Amino acid sequence: MVPLNWYLMLSAAVFSIGVFGFLTRRNIIIMFMSVELMLNAVNISLVAFSHYLQDLRGQVLVFFIVTVAAAEAAIGLAIIIALFRNKATAHVDDMNEMKG
Amino acid sequence: MLPKLFFGWFAFAIIALSVLVITRRNPVHSVMWMLLLFFQIASMYLFLNAEFIAAIQVIVYAGAILVLFLFVVLLLNLREELLANRFINAWPVGLVFAGAIFAGTLSAVVAFVPNFSGQYTVDVINRETHTKALGQLLYTDFLFPFEIASLILLIAIIGAIVLAKKRMRS
Repeated sequence: MVPLNWYLMLSAAVFSIGVFGFLTRRNIIIMFMSVELMLNAVNISLVAFSHYLQDLRGQVLVFFIVTVAAAEAAIGLAIIIALFRNKATAHVDDMNEMKG
Repeated sequence: MLPKLFFGWFAFAIIALSVLVITRRNPVHSVMWMLLLFFQIASMYLFLNAEFIAAIQVIVYAGAILVLFLFVVLLLNLREELLANRFINAWPVGLVFAGAIFAGTLSAVVAFVPNFSGQYTVDVINRETHTKALGQLLYTDFLFPFEIASLILLIAIIGAIVLAKKRMRS
């Protein structure tokens, strides 16, 4: 039997990789994919908890997270398209119109 | 022994693929690696006896969200993006920050022992089937959040259309 800690460590590792990608990449699409990576890391830990605590509520939470991730992807990608139409770049450092 | 081997393979593949996703220069390659990553995560859910979650991982994440990403990447012209620097100059700061998050979480979970056990054991789930057990919970205890989730999806549809449509010149 695999201990629960291993799954939590794997989840922590994937989450940290997502944080690193979000902080250091400047391509807006890759930054967005890093956010999805973090959501998936949380899903892994929730499903593992749900299996080891023998309670299905964690998986219901995963269900809602997938719903919110789908909504977030649709809106986020629409924002990227609107930005690209105005600026023709996917590099977040070039988007500084609202800088005070 | 065998479950640990399986877990080792999944952990290795998931971590290696996540690193590949965030380090590729071309976003199309990133999306392709992420597709592989989502399939690995779905097989890990099967390994954890969560077959419905594995199915929605493949259908929603790999089938819908990644196709959306791929469409957007292919719609945008990213020629000059391939010539830019891959990481920002201050990437060691990001590495330290992510490493600190990893170390902090690791110190919290390394001694964690689960000592609560609910009613949904593997036998119960196998008898009732996973989808039915999850659906019963979803439509009784979580009915209100379920309705809110449908509202969120509706708002997402309207928002995506409003944001991405061309402005009318009047």
